[in-house]
Amino acid sequence: MREFGYQRVFDVPGAVALLGTDPEARFLGGGTNLVDLMKAGVERPALLVDVTELPLGRIEATADGGLRIGATVTNSDLAADPQVRRHYPALAQAVLAGASGQLRNMATIGGNLLQRTRCGYFADLTKPCNKRVPGSGCPAIEGEHHNHAILGASEHCVAVHPSDMGVALTAFDAVVSYETADGPGELPLAEFYLPVGDTPHLETALPSGALITGITLPPNPVAAVSRYRKVRERASYAFAIGSIAAALDVRDGLVREVRLAFGAVASRPWRAREAERLLTGGPASAEAFAAAADAELAAAETLPHNAYKVTLMRNLVVAVLTELTEEATR
Amino acid sequence: MTVTTVTTAVTGAVGTAHTRLEGRDKVTGAARYAGEIPYAELAHGWLVVSTIARGRIRSVESAPVLDMPGVLAVLHHGNAPRVNGDYAGMLGRPDPIVAPFQHDRVPYAGWPVALVVAETSEQAREAAEALVVRYDEEPHDVAFSAGHPGTYTPENSPHMQAETEKGDLEAELAASAAVVDAEYTTPEEHHSPLEPHAAMARWDNGRLEVVDSNQGSMWVADELAKLFSLDPASVRVRSEHVGGAFGSKGVRPHQVCAVMATTVLHRPVRVVLTRRQMFSLVGYRSPTAQRVRLGADADGRLRAFDHQAHCLTSTVHEFVEPSAGVGRVMYDAAAHHTVNRVVPLDVPTPTFMRAPGEAPGSFAVESALDELAEKCGMDPIALRTLNEPDAGPVSGLPFSSRNLLACFQEGARRFGWADRDPRPGLHREGRWLLGTGTAAASFPSGAAPSTAAVTAEADGTFTVRITAADVGTGARTALTQIAADALEVAPERVRMRIADSDFGPAMVAGGSMGTRSWAWAVMAAVSELRERLSLGGGIPPEGITARSNTAEAVGALPSRERHAFGAQFAEVAVDVTTGEVRVRRMLGIFAAGRIVNPLTARSQLVGGMIWGLSMALHEEAFRDKASGGHVGADFAGYHFAANADVPLIEADWVDDPDDDDPVGIKGIGEIGIVGVAAAIANAVWHATGVRHRHLPIRPDRVLLAGAEPGGGRDARSRR
Amino acid sequence: MAQSTSSVITLNVNGEKRTLPVDHRTTLLDALRERLDLTGTKKGCDQGQCGACTVLIDGRRAVSCLQLAVAAEGREITTIEGLADGDQLHPVQQAFLDLDGFQCGYCTPGQICSALAVIEEHAAGWPSAATTDVRPEAGVPPLTADEIRERMSGNLCRCGAYVSIVQAVARAAGVETAQAAPALPQQGRTEEGTAA
Repeated sequence: MREFGYQRVFDVPGAVALLGTDPEARFLGGGTNLVDLMKAGVERPALLVDVTELPLGRIEATADGGLRIGATVTNSDLAADPQVRRHYPALAQAVLAGASGQLRNMATIGGNLLQRTRCGYFADLTKPCNKRVPGSGCPAIEGEHHNHAILGASEHCVAVHPSDMGVALTAFDAVVSYETADGPGELPLAEFYLPVGDTPHLETALPSGALITGITLPPNPVAAVSRYRKVRERASYAFAIGSIAAALDVRDGLVREVRLAFGAVASRPWRAREAERLLTGGPASAEAFAAAADAELAAAETLPHNAYKVTLMRNLVVAVLTELTEEATR
Repeated sequence: MTVTTVTTAVTGAVGTAHTRLEGRDKVTGAARYAGEIPYAELAHGWLVVSTIARGRIRSVESAPVLDMPGVLAVLHHGNAPRVNGDYAGMLGRPDPIVAPFQHDRVPYAGWPVALVVAETSEQAREAAEALVVRYDEEPHDVAFSAGHPGTYTPENSPHMQAETEKGDLEAELAASAAVVDAEYTTPEEHHSPLEPHAAMARWDNGRLEVVDSNQGSMWVADELAKLFSLDPASVRVRSEHVGGAFGSKGVRPHQVCAVMATTVLHRPVRVVLTRRQMFSLVGYRSPTAQRVRLGADADGRLRAFDHQAHCLTSTVHEFVEPSAGVGRVMYDAAAHHTVNRVVPLDVPTPTFMRAPGEAPGSFAVESALDELAEKCGMDPIALRTLNEPDAGPVSGLPFSSRNLLACFQEGARRFGWADRDPRPGLHREGRWLLGTGTAAASFPSGAAPSTAAVTAEADGTFTVRITAADVGTGARTALTQIAADALEVAPERVRMRIADSDFGPAMVAGGSMGTRSWAWAVMAAVSELRERLSLGGGIPPEGITARSNTAEAVGALPSRERHAFGAQFAEVAVDVTTGEVRVRRMLGIFAAGRIVNPLTARSQLVGGMIWGLSMALHEEAFRDKASGGHVGADFAGYHFAANADVPLIEADWVDDPDDDDPVGIKGIGEIGIVGVAAAIANAVWHATGVRHRHLPIRPDRVLLAGAEPGGGRDARSRR
Repeated sequence: MAQSTSSVITLNVNGEKRTLPVDHRTTLLDALRERLDLTGTKKGCDQGQCGACTVLIDGRRAVSCLQLAVAAEGREITTIEGLADGDQLHPVQQAFLDLDGFQCGYCTPGQICSALAVIEEHAAGWPSAATTDVRPEAGVPPLTADEIRERMSGNLCRCGAYVSIVQAVARAAGVETAQAAPALPQQGRTEEGTAA
């Protein structure tokens, strides 16, 4: 690990200004991903700007009935918050499904959105990786890729985004707020992550030097009947190999509204808009759920060892939407 | 004063539960492990390992690194002290990994190429990362398979016959009414003790002192003396607390590098391995590919037993995972063939890992038995009962004790086996298919010569000195109980000192032989002491010390098949739509001689069973063919069971007396893992109707294999 | 702008203020172990994947290997060494000792610190991934064996002491653990009481 400077900041303009003084500076939140990557040599900042004392630690109801979540709210506090649990239960479940109690206490939601892939090649300096060293190649395609992307990947990178929280936020149309030296800005989560293309090292649409200040969840009555389900290779403390956030409003056997997002299948949390479109207004039946999943997954491009994810996601869609239908009609 | 060893109303310590003697230190954080003892002027060494899988080191560009803050030295093949790696130690010739920096050849990815020593660990780490090593790379081959053209059958060794054969296999198979012919694979698995390997070395008044984390301080001291051509008496190795070992904590590069560095720098040097480095430096369990062929009459009696096991080794040292040993103990047949074959590749040398041979071998054999039971329409326990041998199937020797059937009977009763419907794929609970499975377990119960000293102190207490190691087994506590009973005093009057090579030669904590071997030496020393005390007279201030050496007694032990046995039971739930497998309960019943400390014994057996669960469902290291190295060499990439994976697991034991045995204790460190993966795989079959012959039983495999309520499907091997 | 790469910091550890210069690279874990001689906190993986280094920071459990020491200034840090009251073990420590909730002992300080926090988090009404219904109207989930297993899953134990760890946490929390097979998570969540 390289030597670095450290500054704790207490106000947002000061944080943004300080980061601007050094192109090799990074914001430090909980550090659960950044410090790990610094130890691995993947990140080598010259200056860490500690943002954990910024006044961004609150979860507040917005005037229109949504929620505004400060960027330094920890994962634990987000998952424990009664408003989140009441109005967006899948978000609480997603956060609780991630990492461990210790890590959730440290990790901030701003950092969670910016966490890097857990692809084994990315974190290993002895191996090529287009995300870490553009142009060096993607050994995962010929090598270990059983937990790599089936949607939206490219020949340059097949890594997946590891966040559970982001999957639920994506389903609920969250908007990311940020601050730059030129003032504040907003990005819908749907536009927050960039397509992989031939630039897998460019991950987000955040302007250079921007500080995430919070996330806004619009009012979303359908989210009250929602669920996050995660499949992983041990029962806890492991990243997803496939996950789903879903919300469903069913009346008289018809789908009035549905939200569906997939995790561990793409370089970003994957909003299943095609499936949502097909389901809306149609019957809430296992056949319809399967057909919608198939339509969404028609674009899947698989590698020899991750093709199972197509079946897994299809099954998860059917299972979770069926459960939500039962819950809604109970 | 005059001391008698007999006090009134002392109840036997052996057989009663005692919390660990060092338990209080462990729950308060007071117990100091090898990397935790402060030394003045301590310097920190950080290893640099090869990034290529085969070739030569062209240059180690140490000059820029030596200019970095705090850097004291960079040791590499061009300047490191010479060591002698050409010797025979306790386990034979050493793996060349113990002689780092002696030449420019790189035999695999992760081979040590340099040690950077600095004032602080942060400085050492940064300098190690900055060190540029240039290589001339050569093509490598890391792809293991049973059909690899380099496969060979090793020479028979005193430790393990490579191949055994009797009868006409093909004829017996042809005459069999039921035949199972199946291939099973297990992946590369890593010990992963929670405490990384750590050693501090320093020269102290002409003696080399090493504070280490190991399974045998005398073993390590002896090998360090040989490596550095030192008088064995001038080397002292201590290892008070060990944070898990499982076969990985013998002589490894961390101790050797620490000794090299302290020799060069004349100050104490500590070398601690990183988690990632451990994946290439401390050994592992070889992947295996095993073909099992069983032939039986319609009533289930075995006519043919064939087990052909393949494993890999490095190109620089031969280590054979002896998976085919299981059938030499467990099952007899008119035609009986077992062989261990090995494929040398450009990979690190594997080593002993908890139940070497039996762990993967029992997965194959005990799965095949379950398949045979299905084919014969028999209950799996009835099949095993029918085929229980009277004597060693290969050796012909009698068993010292063999209470396997008692284990099955007790286990079946407690598990509720009689209520089981043998047909697969019938029991559903919500989205989960449920199933149960069973398997047999065995592990050799050996003993090795050891020495011990017992001192009657002037204050009426006793001090035992023995180079035992407590790697979490509870050996310190168990030996205290044994000494107390032999002395006929309360355990509180016995002071147990272990893990110091100055206490003399003793067996290592390994092979399920530690406690049996050490207990023998302690009992012998106590016996000698009591004879001397019986002569009467006072105890001088320095006490009266008696010593033992069990070499002769161990050598005089008559030839027998000596093993612990067990019966494993598992219930699983399988969601074939997601591939998730959850173990709902497990029960293991063991026949393992006299149980010294029921509290710690149960912990050790259950711990072994959790290893089996973890092997069945989680553990798998992935080797990247392109680079030859690992991908995901950490605990996010290499999963072993977390708390949520583990249900209530019960372990218990049946009486297993052996009146002819001078100790009556069998090891229990390994038997717990044996058979568990098969019991779980058999339960997954019972739940789904699909045979899983490739470990781990990952979600993707379960998902793609699906369910077949009538049975008969096989999950395919992938990657 | 050239930044200093080290600072003199004051850490509040187990109620004691300790001032020391640190290289900014120093993690709280290394500061505790190598600078303050508090070696009870263990380094198992040094990358947040095992939980052996768990301490309490401002009363909450955290992995000290990913916590920079300089960023821990001003926070109240409690390590395993700060739990016992003189010779009187903390009830969690006593339960681990009595029920043999460990073997090699290396993960144990982290397990115990984590267990303390689990009991407090549960008392505070925090749900977990094992909680059937996370909505606040559902109330606080009982601290079942499944809840303990899930909440303790950030602390790996390679010796496999999980069964007695769960029993020790339950005893320290004053709850009975069910001896039956764990409930199967139906519908992706644990449906307490619905499994046979």
